[in-house]
Amino acid sequence: MTITTPMTMRMSSTPIRTDRRGLLGLIGCASLTAVLPWRPAHALDADGAHALIDRSLAEVYQVINSGQPAPQMYQQFEAIFARYADVDVIARSALGPAARQTDPATFAEYRQAFQGYIGRKYGARFREFIGSRIEVTGSRQLKSFYAVTSVAYLNGRAPLEVEWHVSDRSGQDLYFNIIIEGVNMLASERAEIGAMLARRQGDVAALAADLRQAG
Amino acid sequence: MRPNSPPVMALLLTALVAAGCAQAPVQKDGITINDPFEAQNRRVHAFNKGLDARVIGPVANRLKGSDDDAPRDPDAPIGLLQMVINAGRNLSLPVKVVNGLLQGKRRDAGANLTRFAVNSTVGLGGVFDPAADSFGVTERDTDFGQTLAVWGVPEGAYLELPVLGPSTQRDAVGQVVDLLIDPLYHVFDGRDAATVFALRVASKAGDRARFGDTVDGILQGSADSYAQTRLIWLMNRRFDLGETGDDYDPYDDADVIDPYSD
Repeated sequence: MTITTPMTMRMSSTPIRTDRRGLLGLIGCASLTAVLPWRPAHALDADGAHALIDRSLAEVYQVINSGQPAPQMYQQFEAIFARYADVDVIARSALGPAARQTDPATFAEYRQAFQGYIGRKYGARFREFIGSRIEVTGSRQLKSFYAVTSVAYLNGRAPLEVEWHVSDRSGQDLYFNIIIEGVNMLASERAEIGAMLARRQGDVAALAADLRQAG
Repeated sequence: MRPNSPPVMALLLTALVAAGCAQAPVQKDGITINDPFEAQNRRVHAFNKGLDARVIGPVANRLKGSDDDAPRDPDAPIGLLQMVINAGRNLSLPVKVVNGLLQGKRRDAGANLTRFAVNSTVGLGGVFDPAADSFGVTERDTDFGQTLAVWGVPEGAYLELPVLGPSTQRDAVGQVVDLLIDPLYHVFDGRDAATVFALRVASKAGDRARFGDTVDGILQGSADSYAQTRLIWLMNRRFDLGETGDDYDPYDDADVIDPYSD
């Protein structure tokens, strides 16, 4: 495994985050970059954000239209989510202030469980999208990130507005929020994970165990 | 309705709604939540959840049958379930025309009126939807709750109503007024009015059947289904009414959930 040139470039552009995550994060980033099909050496722009969502949706639809049994589909949705979304920051945000008091090993365990939970939960919703299509309609900058707008056309139902928030703050171009008809995924997962954590009196390891059964 | 009645009504309702704001609204999960009746709402929620698990859900699942799991061919003939949903929705159009006019949205009112005229005749009493399929005229969903919002009446407190589910003080008033101003109930009476009402209820049940998995996921699968329902419903309702600007404006930097800055 070698750290590629574009990787180093991006690391130097995000010094704060690199410092915070430390060496483990570096190794993780480097191995991910080696696996990822795209290597944006330039900063994220509206077109890049647009293209990212296009690619991500193409993969999602490939799975939706494959006609596989549900459990296989969910696994593939999880893999797509892990590739195109900033799972680390989404998991951290959903956990809220408790994330700062959690040791790295427990957090990693929770993060992994969270990723599977999202794959199953949203995978089940995606199955309603069978026979539908989504058109990416535009992309614009919102402060430090980009908002990509799209419209989902479902059978026998008014079209849905779906907005994606894409950022390169992780060192890669990844999306960190999906807003469907005003319903914000990050907000609803914050509430849900918060409620699950409260039920376990703040025990993140127990929460991780519950998440493996949930979704 | 007399031309001067909207402001009078708006004033009256504003006073009514203001009376319900004993507790200050709180900022939670990126949106404003005004829920002074939470204890009472949670009791109603528990009742609704039980009703959904024991009655509405099973009936909806039976309605849906097993044919809905397969990918649907867009050109295939629609099933009985979709026919009932269509017919019920068609009967909800006249009151939407009225609300469109009350909001001053003539184009929306016109589109809904066109849909009602085309689908009631060519669409065989609204069973089919040639207005959308052949002419591209889609429904502009609205109600008296939205009319009140357009007139400037504040949202008021969050409410969970028995059977009807999530609402707000403003929307609860809207739901009652919608029944009163519905032209269909002025044209029909007795058994005809009952038939219209039954079809519209059946249509709602049909929607529940089609999107039942999502409802089940939130109601039965959530750690705090009350808070989750409240959050999702409020976010979606404010989006529909174009009221996200009041507290959660994606264009306003301060309120955007930006996990990178946490």
